[in-house]
Amino acid sequence: MTALGSDPAPEPADGSWTGAARRLLERRLPLNHLLPSRQPFFVGSWVYVFGVVAITALIWVVGSGVVLAFFGPGWWHVSSIGRFVNSIHFWAVQLLFFFVVLHLWGQYFMASWRDGRAKTWLVGVVVFVAALVTGFTGYISQQNLDAQWIAINAKDGINATGAGAFFNVLDFGQMYGIHVMLLPIIVTTLVVLHVLQVRLRGVVRPIEEPAVAAGRKPPEAGA
Amino acid sequence: MSRPQDDQEVYYRGIPTIPYDLLKELLIAFVVSGVVIIALALALSSPDAPPLTIQAWAQADPVDFVTTATSELAGTSFSSAYGPPYTDGSDSIQAIGPIAPQAWAGNAVHLDTAKDFVLGPLATAAVGNTDLASALTTYGSADDPTRQGWLDAYTTALADATAQNGAVAVAPGNYGPVPVLMANLLGVARSGGLDGLLLASGQFYATNYTGPLLFMGDGGYLAGLAEDQHLLGSQWGMMNETGSYPGQEWLWLYSMWYQLPPYNTAPNADLLVVLTMFVLTLLLALVPYIPILRDIPRWVPIHRLIWRNYYRWRRAHPESASN
Repeated sequence: MTALGSDPAPEPADGSWTGAARRLLERRLPLNHLLPSRQPFFVGSWVYVFGVVAITALIWVVGSGVVLAFFGPGWWHVSSIGRFVNSIHFWAVQLLFFFVVLHLWGQYFMASWRDGRAKTWLVGVVVFVAALVTGFTGYISQQNLDAQWIAINAKDGINATGAGAFFNVLDFGQMYGIHVMLLPIIVTTLVVLHVLQVRLRGVVRPIEEPAVAAGRKPPEAGA
Repeated sequence: MSRPQDDQEVYYRGIPTIPYDLLKELLIAFVVSGVVIIALALALSSPDAPPLTIQAWAQADPVDFVTTATSELAGTSFSSAYGPPYTDGSDSIQAIGPIAPQAWAGNAVHLDTAKDFVLGPLATAAVGNTDLASALTTYGSADDPTRQGWLDAYTTALADATAQNGAVAVAPGNYGPVPVLMANLLGVARSGGLDGLLLASGQFYATNYTGPLLFMGDGGYLAGLAEDQHLLGSQWGMMNETGSYPGQEWLWLYSMWYQLPPYNTAPNADLLVVLTMFVLTLLLALVPYIPILRDIPRWVPIHRLIWRNYYRWRRAHPESASN
């Protein structure tokens, strides 16, 4: 097998926090893991593409969202270019969720949390939930009939939990601010963390036959 | 402490590697997904059914508007009696036994539908309008039983009301100043003035639509528009979009509970559904730690399809199993 990485020369501790942080990052996030040029051959499956496409769809969502945010929430209703940018935003969101769901089911049936990758799965689920909330706040920021109806009906579910006292879905200003700033930062940060987790440990090995697995004795999930 | 590169070398020992250009794959995926997205955007555009305004509502269905406004004045509308976080009522408080987070969170908005939706806007509109000013004075100086009698009688009469030239006509009766109040409110609404008055917060800028959205939600006209666009809860509207566009299909599970007993008949359905989804989400997040849930992928041979090349290689190289 070709080696996946080479050992950097150990750096002596100099007592500074900055040096300690650098050594920690170098140890935990070696560049040859972040940007590998070789992978185990079993990654040659379409299922590994789902997550990549989800990330690229997210890039299109954020990019089109930045343009929509720059020109303001009313722009796309009165401008043909704005409507086109909104259409990109709309279809990118559809593509994003389609591939996120495929990615989620694919990883489930691969049991990708095995061999110490439980936290990667956990963060992935949190990303999914954060994306749902982002989509929801986006739908009620549309300033059209759909937004009105969704806000009026969704309020009851939010209010039933008590959250309506501080998360008012009928307050466009609050929902729009959360949608265009707070949640994109949260989702993007979590996606970066999720990718780093994947790259740090590498993709999970295929599920082995029981006899093979007994010989290899992998660590349990969450170890 | 072991380093990741050591872990991966041990972890993948015995498995061949292949060249894999991560950034190239990312760029290709970005371009291909962009082509698909832009093609869909150009071909199908995106949904944008115009929002309903108070003005459009009052012009299209004056009887529904006046009926709703009367219920706001009488304190009998859905929003008037809603409870936290909008009013001091209690009709919409949901609880499971002693667990009532909606009640615990309290009234954050402090909405008074009679004052905020009817009397306040009319007071502004009464400048230079002696009939309206007089009607407001009469209404304000009457005692509660007298007002209630006017409102009850007018509400009953509205059941048989008709719209005539943009006004609402009811059978003659003892309604006090209520018909004058409602005729003026309807006039302000039809002119577009009420859209602005309901947003007035004492500040120059306004982005909080709690008032007008609750007011419109109390009427029947908006629900009719939503039904035409198949957005009602009974139409799985939560995951639908206006027109023929895809909506939030990813909310199918959330929407499904509302169609099934006991959720579809429970008075606390929203709280039950939210709690159900919270528990299911927690289970999803904790799958790696939950026996059976974490074992299903081993039992269902989908992984054999995903990694079919690996298993073929494994059969051809049985000696690698000892690594």
